[in-house]
Amino acid sequence: MSAISIDKSLIGHAPGDPVYLDYQATTPCDPRVLDKMLPWFTLRFGNPHSRNHAYGWAAEEAVELAREQVAAIIGADSKEIIFTSGATESNNLALRGAALFNKDRKNHIVTVVTEHKCVLDTCRHLEQEGFSVTYLPVQTNGLIDLAQLEAAITDQTVIVSVMGVNNEIGVIQPLAEIGAICRKKGALFHTDCAQAVGKIPLDVNAMNIDLMSISGHKIYGPKGIGALYVRRRPRVRLVPMITGGGQERGFRSGTLPTPLCVGLGEACAIAKVEMVEEAAHLKFLSQRLLDGLKAKLPEIYVNGDLEHRIPGNLNISFAFVEGEGLMMGVKGLAVSSGSACTSASLEPSYVLRALGVDVEMAHTSLRFGFGRFTTEADIDYAIDHVIEAVSHLREMSPLWEMHLAGVDIKSIQWAEH
Amino acid sequence: MAYSEKVLDHYEHPRNVGSLATDETDVGTGLVGAPACGDVMKLQIKVSAEGIIEDAKFKTFGCGSAIASSSLVTEWVKGKTLDEAAQIKNTDIAQELALPPVKIHCSVLAEDAIKAAIADYRKKHAHD
Repeated sequence: MSAISIDKSLIGHAPGDPVYLDYQATTPCDPRVLDKMLPWFTLRFGNPHSRNHAYGWAAEEAVELAREQVAAIIGADSKEIIFTSGATESNNLALRGAALFNKDRKNHIVTVVTEHKCVLDTCRHLEQEGFSVTYLPVQTNGLIDLAQLEAAITDQTVIVSVMGVNNEIGVIQPLAEIGAICRKKGALFHTDCAQAVGKIPLDVNAMNIDLMSISGHKIYGPKGIGALYVRRRPRVRLVPMITGGGQERGFRSGTLPTPLCVGLGEACAIAKVEMVEEAAHLKFLSQRLLDGLKAKLPEIYVNGDLEHRIPGNLNISFAFVEGEGLMMGVKGLAVSSGSACTSASLEPSYVLRALGVDVEMAHTSLRFGFGRFTTEADIDYAIDHVIEAVSHLREMSPLWEMHLAGVDIKSIQWAEH
Repeated sequence: MAYSEKVLDHYEHPRNVGSLATDETDVGTGLVGAPACGDVMKLQIKVSAEGIIEDAKFKTFGCGSAIASSSLVTEWVKGKTLDEAAQIKNTDIAQELALPPVKIHCSVLAEDAIKAAIADYRKKHAHD
């Protein structure tokens, strides 16, 4: 078997491509991960559930190793890992599965307004099916108030779902404290850790986590694979969403995609080894980006807590410049915006709004996400590019002109349309 | 979203960016939109004694389509009488820039901006 060779310096840097700064949307697959995956597509293509020949045995062995690698990064036992198609499916299975299993006993769910849409939408559907849902607010730094959480949990609460790291603003919720409260009050604790695994240390036992959603493509693994951690002691019971041959302890039927499982496992194994060093590198890049922008641009604001935050995310509002217009101006960068114009609904980011960020400021935000393959040169390029675009657009902005003239934008009677 | 070439051209080379003196009697100013909605346009016209728009300037806070719409109308109004300029329709702007349905409101805003600038000028001259 010949190993593929990929020049790592080309990842996110192909000639002519914009510099990739959208690591919370997705990450490139690490070439080391792809290397491990390839044989399982062709030479060793067996069905991991085939018990009667070597093709199946080899695939099963590979899947079980991957399961151990996934378990290891969160301090779990491999028997507690269920492979899924991704974090959206994991979140659906955790919430719907737990709610429906317990529906004769309990009917209340607690979650947070800044959760990912796949959690919020699943909760909305459960509301239609008779469950009541409490959507906790967040503080201006994006973190929940633990006293509010504790007060929200009743003896009817079946499950509490709070994400580990927010996908838009990168803030880290206090999982250990949340887990302790849930355990004390007798509610299951589910956490969507799609953005947290491999970025911050996680331990399902120390943090009293009962269910955890994991994504492959956010951690340099392939798209189309994820996992759900399901606690065995005390046992968490779920109604399956996908039924069939009873694979994955009956929680999730369907033939496992061996190459994808292997990829997720390898991605976890690499992240476990490299997380600390990588975080230090990202912290350096993050500081460099923020300092570089602040040195030349007044009136810019970081959204979300700066301390309780993964180092690979900076969400910044550039006052008086509209986000989508700004994205057009930084076409050498692949970033995302909280601006209304980038969404189908024409509403600005609900996450920024939940922080209490003014609507007008929410329109001016850009999300910079960087990661394993981001270089110092990428950041320096981004700094220059953003400064140039923001300065140009401010020259063109009537709001910037008013600001310079000392006019309070809020004092004007705007005709909202 | 992919932008039309004309939107990109106006975004990258905006025509007539700037400000005219709001207090001058021959200048009409229209300020429309709202920061909370993500777009604000300021459009100004300078009108000759003969009632012809001889200069126009804009500043816009908004997406590329909003910037392009306001840039385009500054080009269109120059040389027109106030009545002619008031005839410019958002549909003309949207068609010229090939705006997708989700961006039609940008062209509506540009039409509103011209009308507001004309109204402001006429208000100044109501007692002429």
